[in-house]
Amino acid sequence: MVHIKRLQEDGADILAVVGEIDASSSIELDLAIAKSVGEGSTKILVDCSALEYISSAGLGVFMSYIEEFRDKNIRMVLFGMKEKVANTFQILGLADLLHISSNKLEAKKLLNELSV
Amino acid sequence: MSYQYNIGCSLENLKGVRDFIRKSLRSHVVSDVVLNEIILALDEMCSNLMIHAHHCNPDHHLEMHIDIPQKGKFIFEIMDDGEMFDINRFHEPDIDNLVHEKRKGGLGIRLVKSIMDEVVYTNLNGRNVCRLTKTIK
Repeated sequence: MVHIKRLQEDGADILAVVGEIDASSSIELDLAIAKSVGEGSTKILVDCSALEYISSAGLGVFMSYIEEFRDKNIRMVLFGMKEKVANTFQILGLADLLHISSNKLEAKKLLNELSV
Repeated sequence: MSYQYNIGCSLENLKGVRDFIRKSLRSHVVSDVVLNEIILALDEMCSNLMIHAHHCNPDHHLEMHIDIPQKGKFIFEIMDDGEMFDINRFHEPDIDNLVHEKRKGGLGIRLVKSIMDEVVYTNLNGRNVCRLTKTIK
């Protein structure tokens, strides 16, 4: 239901999320982020361009890392969301708590600004 | 127009629920964003019931009805036999609290209340009925 591809680019880990994240598949997202962090990544980009759907279980995964990332100085930027997916984040006001960019170029720029 | 779908209480079945809602409403809801909101709210309701009232027992079933009495007016009903899980009795957690406590839950109820106009619980012949209404202008 969800497939997560991981690749490295310019010192950042890119997690490309393909498909739908709901209560049954949110664990996949959690494991992918945990693996990235566990292997020492401090810059994480989440490519949401092929993310078709996210429910609260998936939002909760992103939320659950906010404090840990703050403490460990890890930066994460989400980018490329379709309008319907971005809307789900907006309903809860999560756009203010997470870093969200419209495309990869801007996401990389934001990642570097956050790193300064 | 009305539609019905029966669901076993397994989280694996949520995808089928979403497909059912999408197919049923596709010709009635123009906006992709609004359609996704409705799908999201009902997915949250079903997953809450499956987890909290039915402990993900696939032999327990939910019954979903969609009724469109007039253009732009939607009535969704979810029926089940479990203990009643009334989201109106739960206080939505504060967002900052969620971040602090690293709780991966509690957001769903907030989504449902934001998206739907009304969430009402009744009892019909001993079954729980959760009725959610939404009007789209």
